[in-house]
Amino acid sequence: MMTIIFILIAALFFPGIILRSKSIFAGRKGPGLFQPIKDIALLFQKGNVISTTTSAVFKIAPAIGLASVLSALLVLPFGPFPSMLSFNGDIVFFAYMLALGKFFLILAALDTGSAFEGMGANREALYSLLTEPAFFILIGTLAMLTGYTSFNEILVGLYNPDNSYILIYSILSVIILAQIMQVENSRLPVDDPKTHLELTMIHEVMILDYSGFDKALIHITTWLKFALYSTLIFDVLIPIQWNIEIQLALFALVIFFMAVYIGFIESFKARHKLGRNPAFLFTISSMALLAFVVVLILTEKMILS
Amino acid sequence: MNILLLFSFILLASTVVFFLPLRLKHTWSFVIAIAAALCAGIPAVEVLTGEKDFIISGFSPPGMIAPTLFIDDLSAFFILLVSLTWLTGLIYARGYLRSYFETKSAMQISLHFFSYLWLGFAMIMVAVAQDFLSFLIVWELMTLSSFVLVIFDAENRSVLKAGINYLIQMHIGLLFLIAAMLIAQTVSAADEFRELGAYFSGHSNFILFLLFFTGFGIKAGFVPFHSWLPKAHPAAPSHVSGVMSGVMIKMGIYGILRVLLSVENDLMYIGLFILGISLLSGILGVLQAIVQNDIKKLLAYSSIENIGIIGIGIGLGVIGLASENPVLTLLGFSGALLHTLNHSLFKSMLFFAAGSVYKSTHTRNINELGGLIKKMPYTGMFFIIASIAICGLPPLNGFISEYFIYSGIFSSLGNAGFYESVILILSIIGLALIGGLALFAFTKASGIIFLGEARSDKAGHATEAPTSMLWPLAVVSALILAIGLVPMVFAMPVFEMIAQWFNIADSQLTSSMYIMNLQNISIVCGVFIALTTVLLVWRKLHLKNKPTEKGPTWGCGYTAPNATLQYTSTSYAEYISGIAQPVLHINKKTPVIEETDLFPVSATFETTPHDVIQEKWIDKPTGIVAEWLKKMARMQTGRIEHYILYAFAFMILIFILTYFNLL
Repeated sequence: MMTIIFILIAALFFPGIILRSKSIFAGRKGPGLFQPIKDIALLFQKGNVISTTTSAVFKIAPAIGLASVLSALLVLPFGPFPSMLSFNGDIVFFAYMLALGKFFLILAALDTGSAFEGMGANREALYSLLTEPAFFILIGTLAMLTGYTSFNEILVGLYNPDNSYILIYSILSVIILAQIMQVENSRLPVDDPKTHLELTMIHEVMILDYSGFDKALIHITTWLKFALYSTLIFDVLIPIQWNIEIQLALFALVIFFMAVYIGFIESFKARHKLGRNPAFLFTISSMALLAFVVVLILTEKMILS
Repeated sequence: MNILLLFSFILLASTVVFFLPLRLKHTWSFVIAIAAALCAGIPAVEVLTGEKDFIISGFSPPGMIAPTLFIDDLSAFFILLVSLTWLTGLIYARGYLRSYFETKSAMQISLHFFSYLWLGFAMIMVAVAQDFLSFLIVWELMTLSSFVLVIFDAENRSVLKAGINYLIQMHIGLLFLIAAMLIAQTVSAADEFRELGAYFSGHSNFILFLLFFTGFGIKAGFVPFHSWLPKAHPAAPSHVSGVMSGVMIKMGIYGILRVLLSVENDLMYIGLFILGISLLSGILGVLQAIVQNDIKKLLAYSSIENIGIIGIGIGLGVIGLASENPVLTLLGFSGALLHTLNHSLFKSMLFFAAGSVYKSTHTRNINELGGLIKKMPYTGMFFIIASIAICGLPPLNGFISEYFIYSGIFSSLGNAGFYESVILILSIIGLALIGGLALFAFTKASGIIFLGEARSDKAGHATEAPTSMLWPLAVVSALILAIGLVPMVFAMPVFEMIAQWFNIADSQLTSSMYIMNLQNISIVCGVFIALTTVLLVWRKLHLKNKPTEKGPTWGCGYTAPNATLQYTSTSYAEYISGIAQPVLHINKKTPVIEETDLFPVSATFETTPHDVIQEKWIDKPTGIVAEWLKKMARMQTGRIEHYILYAFAFMILIFILTYFNLL
C-alpha cells in the first residue's frame, strides 16, 4: 500500500519538475511546479469532443490504460516496503500489463481513422516492440544474479553482502532503465512531446483526438509510468537494507534527479531522425546484453583466463 | 455398452448425411458430432480426473493384428481439445455454409459435412490409436478428410492447387513417419508408441527422433516445413481453417509429445534442436504475419508463430530433462500444453471472425476493409478479444501459457551454467521479440480491419453475421476469459499430468507454489477488471452533466480528409518490412515518373512479400529435383515394348545381384 501512495506522490511532482527544470535551463521564467496538476484539473472540468468515426474502443482505451498501469503497480515493491502482491514471475505480469494499456492506446489511435494517428500508433507499436527485449534481458539478468523471480525477492537478494561487485551491474541497469523510461514515455531522444508538427510526433499524435476527461486520464497514465520507472531505478540502485529514513530521502532525490535528467536531455539534445530510432533502440537491447555478459563474468559462470 | 460398438455405430451413422434433405444435413451432422464427442469425451474426462488409463479392448478383426487402443492423459487432453473446437466449428458452419447451399450441389454439401465429421473422428482416433499400423491409418484418414475440406471451392483453380500442395506435403510427412516406424519395428520389434523405449534405450535417439519430428513437424507447421499453411488456410472455408489451424496442426504436437515420452538419451541435442527450430518458427512466422495483406494468410503465419511458442515450451522442457532441472521441465511442458489449448481457442475464434468478415464483404484483403466494428459490432468485439489473447496479454488465457514458459526460464537462470544461461537468455530474447511482434501484427489486423473508416465499398456495405455464427465465438471467448481469470483450475491437471510423465519427484512443491502464483495472478487480473469498471463508471457519471460534442476526426488542418488517407495494412507494416528486409525480401514496384510528366497522373504501387525460407529451402531443392526427374522422363516413352524391356532389365539385374550374393 505504501508503495502505491509514494508512487502517486512522486507522479504528482514528476511532470512539474521536468517543466521547471526545462524552463530554468532555457533561462525562462516558466510555469510553476504545479502547472501540470492545474492543467489536469482544467481538463476534468471540460466536456468531451468525440470524433464520429470512433467506436467504443476509443472510449474505453484511456480507462484501460490507466487501470493497467495501476494494476502493474500492485506487484512493484518500493525499497523498504514490499509490493502488495508478490509471486514468482510477477515481473512478466508487470511487463505484459503495461503492454495491454499500450495495445488499447494503439487501437484507439487507429480508431480515429486519421492518417497522423495511424502513423503515431505504428511508431509506438514498433518502438515498444524494440524495447521489450531490453527489459526482458534486464530482468532475466536480475533473476540470474539473485536466483529469484519476483520483484520482492530480487530486491532482497540483490544487495546480498556476498555481491560486492553489484554496483557495476546496478549502474549499467540504471542507464538501461533510464533509456527504457524515455522511450516508453515517448520523450527525447526518440520522441519530442513539444514538437509543433504532427508528422514528427509519436505519442502526442496518437492522442490528438482526445479531450477533457479522457485526455486527463491519459496524462495521469504517463505521469504514473514516469514514477513507476523511476521507482524501478531507485529499487535497483539503493540497497534495501539501508535505513528507512535515508531510503525515503534518497527516493525523493532519485525522483527529482530523474525528472531533472529528462528536462536536461530535452533542453540540450535534439530529437533523433525517425529513421535512426530503431538503431538507437537496438543499442538499448545490446547494452542489456552487455549487462548480461557482465553478470556472467561476475558470477564466474564465464571464466576468462 | 461397448464403447467401440457405439463409436462404430456413430461412424456408420455419419453416412446418413448423404441421404438427408439439404436443410437437415447440418442438424444431423451436429447430432453425430455431439454423440462422438460425448463418446470420446466422457472416458477422456474420466482419465484426466482419475488415475487409470481407459483401455479399449475387444476389437480383433479376424486375420488382422488387434490394434492397441487406449486413452491415457495425453490422449485425453487432446481428445477434449479436438472435440471442443470441432463442435464450435460445426455450429459456425451452419451460417457460413448457408450461402453455398444455392451454388453447390447437394452432393457437394453432403460430402463436405461427411468429411468434416470424419476429420473430427480421425483426430479423436489419432489420439486413441497407440500402435503404429492403426495410427498411420487414422493419420492418413485425417489428411484425406481435411484435403476434401480444403478443396470445397475446387471450381477455383488456385484452391485446387493449394489443396494438392497440401496433400503432397502431408504425404511427404507420412513418408518420414513410416520410415521412422519401420526403423523402430525392424530394429527393436516395436509395434506401438509405448514400445519405442526398447529402441531408444539401445540406440542413438537423435536420428530417429529427427525422423519423427520431421513427419509430425510438417503437420504442425514448424519452419521450414510450414509452406502448406499459408496456402491451404486461405483456400479452405473458414470453419475448416479454424479447425485445421486450431486443432489439426496440434496433432503434430501430439505426435512429438508422444514420441518424447519414450526418448531416453541425447536429450540435450533434442531439446536444443526443438528450441532452435521453434525460435525460428516463432520469429519468422510472426514477421511474415505482419507483412501479409490477406487476413487468412496473416492468421496462418501467426499459427506458425504459435506453434513456435509451443515448441519453445517443449524444447525448454526437454532441456530441463537433460540438465535435471525439474522446474524447467514442469513449467516448459505445462506452458506448451496450455498454449496448445489456448491457441486452439483463440485461433479458431480469429478464423471464424475472419470468415464472417469475408462472408459479409467478399474480400480477404485487409487494405480494402476498415470501420467494420460499426457494421459488425459483435464480430469486431470477438476479434479484438481474441487478438488480446493471442498477444499473450493479461487478463486472458494467452498470458497464462506464456507466463509459464517465462517463469520456467527465469527460475532456471539462477543455477544455470554458462551454456545454459546463454540458451535461456536467447529464449527470453526470442519470446520477448515474438510477443512484441505479435502485438504489432494484431494491432494491425484488428485496427485496420475493424476500426477507422471503410476503405472500400465492400467494407461499407457489410452486415453483422447471423447469430449462429456469433454463438460459437461467444462460447470460446467465455472459455478464454475463464482460463485467464481462474487459471488454477486448468493448470492443476496439466501439472499432475506432466509430473506423472517424467516422474518429477518433488513436483507437489513446485506445482502448489505455481498454483499459488496463479491465484495471485487471478487476484491482480480481478483488480484490473474492477479498476477498469470503476474508471468507466466514473467517466460515465462525470460526462453526464458535461457538454459532449460530436465532430469529425481532427484532420490536422487538412479540410478534405477521406477514407483513403488512413493508414493501411501495407503502410502499417512499412517499418517492419524495412528492418526485416533480409528475411522478408519484399518486392516493391514503384511507378517511374518520366521527366515529361508535368501533371500528376494516376499511379499504382505494389509490394509483394516473399517467404525466403520457403523459396531457398523448399522451392529451390525441389526445383533441382524436378529438373532431374524431367530428364528421367525420357524413359517414359509410352511404348509398351520399352516398358517390357525395362522390366526385363530389372529382372536380370536382380538375378545378377542374387547370383553374387549382393542382395
